[in-house]
Amino acid sequence: MNDDFELGGATLENRLLLGTGKFSSHRLMEEAIRRSGVQLVTVALRRIDFDSREENVLQFVPPGCILMSNTSGARNAQEAVRIARIARAAGAGNWVKIEVIADHRYLLPDNYETIKATEILAGEGFVVLPYMNPDLMVARQLMTAGAAAVMPLGAPIGTNRGLQTKAMIQILIDEIDIPIIVDAGIGRPSQAAEAMEMGAAAVLVNTAIATAGDPVAMAVAFAFAVKAGRQAFLSGPAATKESAEASSPLTGFLR
Amino acid sequence: MKIVLNGKEEDFLQPLTIWDLLTVKNLEPDRIAVELNMEIIAKTAWTKVALQDEDKVEILSLVGGGRGNE
Repeated sequence: MNDDFELGGATLENRLLLGTGKFSSHRLMEEAIRRSGVQLVTVALRRIDFDSREENVLQFVPPGCILMSNTSGARNAQEAVRIARIARAAGAGNWVKIEVIADHRYLLPDNYETIKATEILAGEGFVVLPYMNPDLMVARQLMTAGAAAVMPLGAPIGTNRGLQTKAMIQILIDEIDIPIIVDAGIGRPSQAAEAMEMGAAAVLVNTAIATAGDPVAMAVAFAFAVKAGRQAFLSGPAATKESAEASSPLTGFLR
Repeated sequence: MKIVLNGKEEDFLQPLTIWDLLTVKNLEPDRIAVELNMEIIAKTAWTKVALQDEDKVEILSLVGGGRGNE
């Protein structure tokens, strides 16, 4: 069955998206991308450090893999727009994940500034994927502003606590016509599967893979979980019930 | 001439263009972006734009990143 994922004019088969931060080496990141078959990765923009040169991360992203720059570090819409434009000039292409964060304890996104940045960048031809706090009205405004998808958080960034905002994400999945991609908080493959079973279009994972004991094997585990969860969603999960219901036929043989 | 390069003040004895600056800093021109006083300068203009005293120059590139300053 063809279950490709249309996003921003591209067609993806793999619904696991990968953030490339926190990997202990570029080689490890590259191996994780290749082995899990990831087709879209996020990258960040930084000042070049003249004292300690790093190899450019783009050399390690396999050809054909979509790059999406993030606006991490932006505290308002204006900064996010500036970062996105510079990232495009640095070779990141047209895809941008908007992330506007002014809170440093929980790294929660500023939905209002995110909507403003989405509108500006979508107007400039960017494929815009905003990271947001799950809220139905905000998701509708992001869609109107030109977002290609909406990316609600499951739990605060890097906490690996799973789908703490599950009920709100479900509302977005049920009500919003553009893809819902769960971003942030997914710590285990089982949680990625859970998001996909709910009908999320994709999940974006970074910390849980990059900081695993074996990041490459964990990336593969996540890819399987995302496929399993998607397949389950498409299959229509069976209903839950209060009392037991035998799954073997009752033959009446013993009484 | 003093310029502020990536937040640090640097002195240069001779006038230089953006391209010269990249050469001095031993930077490959691929996959980097240059911002001069908050404006992105297109690669095609790097050989033409001469830096002035007090200019603020940012040279940036893409790195591994997920979110939240990871």
